[in-house]
Amino acid sequence: MNNARTLYDKLWDEHLVRAGADGSGLIYIDRHLLHEVTSAQAFEGLVQARRKVWRIDANLAVPDHNVPTTDRSRIDDPLARLQVQTLDANCSRHGISEYTLDDPRQGIVHVVGPEQGITLPGMTVVCGDSHTSTHGALGCLALGIGTSEVEHVLATQTLLLTKARTMRVRFHGTLPAGVSAKDMALALIGRIGTAGATGHAIEFSGDATRALSMEARMTLCNMAIEAGARSGMVAVDETTLAYVKGRNHAPVGAAWDQACTWWRTLHSDAGASFDAEVAIDVATLEPQVTWGTSPEMVLGISGVVPDPASQPDPIRRDAWCQALAYMGLEPGTRLTDIAVDKVFIGSCTNSRIEDLRTAAAVIRGRQRAPGVQLALVVPGSGLVKRQAEAEGLHRVFIDAGFEWREPGCSMCLGMNADSLGPGERCASTSNRNFEGRQGHGARTHLVSPAMAAAAAVTGRLCDPRH
Amino acid sequence: MQALEVHTGVVVPLNRANVDTDAILPKQFLKSVLRTGFGPNLFDTWRYLDKHDEAGDNAGRRPDPSFVLNDPAYAGASILLARENFGCGSSREHAPWALDGYGIRVLIAPSFGDIFHSNCFKNGLLALRLPKLDIDALFDFVLASPGTQLTVDLSGQVVRRADGHSHAFEVDAFHKHCLLGGLDEIGLTLQDAALIRAFEDRRRIERPWLFAA
Repeated sequence: MNNARTLYDKLWDEHLVRAGADGSGLIYIDRHLLHEVTSAQAFEGLVQARRKVWRIDANLAVPDHNVPTTDRSRIDDPLARLQVQTLDANCSRHGISEYTLDDPRQGIVHVVGPEQGITLPGMTVVCGDSHTSTHGALGCLALGIGTSEVEHVLATQTLLLTKARTMRVRFHGTLPAGVSAKDMALALIGRIGTAGATGHAIEFSGDATRALSMEARMTLCNMAIEAGARSGMVAVDETTLAYVKGRNHAPVGAAWDQACTWWRTLHSDAGASFDAEVAIDVATLEPQVTWGTSPEMVLGISGVVPDPASQPDPIRRDAWCQALAYMGLEPGTRLTDIAVDKVFIGSCTNSRIEDLRTAAAVIRGRQRAPGVQLALVVPGSGLVKRQAEAEGLHRVFIDAGFEWREPGCSMCLGMNADSLGPGERCASTSNRNFEGRQGHGARTHLVSPAMAAAAAVTGRLCDPRH
Repeated sequence: MQALEVHTGVVVPLNRANVDTDAILPKQFLKSVLRTGFGPNLFDTWRYLDKHDEAGDNAGRRPDPSFVLNDPAYAGASILLARENFGCGSSREHAPWALDGYGIRVLIAPSFGDIFHSNCFKNGLLALRLPKLDIDALFDFVLASPGTQLTVDLSGQVVRRADGHSHAFEVDAFHKHCLLGGLDEIGLTLQDAALIRAFEDRRRIERPWLFAA
């Protein structure tokens, strides 16, 4: 019998409180992250049912979705203000730690968790946000949950989960210069579709994954949900341990050694079998850009906008037609001929220090193109911002005509004041190009930080390597 | 949670794949701290010709006649027929809250986004999967007889049509149990409180760094 287990199996077994019928399980949750948009109703339900928070120290809250990226002294939108105030009140009432808006550690919850060592290898990490898959980069079982599940975790420290099928995505080869983890993620989604990994947990592996920095692995795992997978993960290796060591909440001394002994086992065993396998050679990968209204509508930058007439599936053909009409694009248009109105560098996908360094390197000594009305840089956290400023990156952006903002989710979903107007076209380092995502009628092209920076200085989508 | 055993109602066909939760309830309506009041803004961008940034009063807004929910034939629909990967994207539970607020009790599609699927059951909505061929047949049937009613029998795991045809479906046993009884999942889990506590105590010893304040 084959006893070899996948990383997912190991994490599942580690946290299994009680096995249920037909492959379900009651799973213990080590870390619960909260933000203002999906938690208020959960706290309300908890109080109404006269229940208490099961384990207060397992929780950390950070307001991020709704927060202004300019003046932090007040929130003008009364609904947004109430939501943030409600989070503050709930945390203080229940004794939960919160990095409030004036805390230098505040930022996007998925940037903050790993940065603080709040997220550690081998944990189960949940948050009422689909991009919680990000934390899987540290060898965690991390998944996004709904508000009812937020309440369930608050009340019981567990979740009832159905065991996912497993998918291994092997990236092999040497990633060309100027091509990044974002391009790997988009290429995968282009290959398997946005429902390609539905019901699965993805493990990213292969030499090209191993070669990635932790920040790049977070970008990769972040986008797992856009392929349909609730969780994405990468096995623990020396890169992981080097990243975690010394973080605020990382163990030290004997506890560090003890933790490392376990963490080093967090990989799929040789011979472990997966329900699905995908292999992608990155050596020939081009920078990727989306042309439509789903992340699967993506092509290499040298491509042309596809013709729906060439799509044999009628449902998909309709979707392409709707996407082109929404995006204001004609079939056959070269992607490099598409001019952009705005550029957004930020989001839980691409707002870490490495992303900002990459973008700054592209624009250094250049200027925002005249046709680009706004180029926004929103660091992922207060500490990323501080680090970037220490390196002088903010000067590079500001000198090039970019806006340098305070941390938050910002224009990724435009819940705050940072949104696009109807018909405005944006090169965005975020994760979703859905209709209306960045504003009514807004047109989003998902790209890497290098491509976003290049689009800002050339005024059009372009290959950052040229 | 409201129980669901057998439900009969008008079925509305939404003939689009990959409908994401941003489309089901756009982000400008996520600022409420309540669970109710989202129904009027369900599919807001597709449903109305004029754009709104505030939840609430929709009086005076112009419905888009080309959007299927605005077709009088489907007035009062409580069953939504959809295509592949319905509810993909954001984890916002506001999407099922909006569907529930509109009056939808049952969703039928070939596949759903994982988080959305889970969220539906927590709110008494039955999100049932049928094979693509069954979905194609249902679309053909519904589009040929707009306003037709379906009967969805959760106990018997079957969808019955007015023309006598039926479609059997699979459903997770636990989801079925909870939905039939209208059960509170947290209450059920807390029956295992001693087990959770014992697990946690053991973990505190084996992996002490996970519990450091």
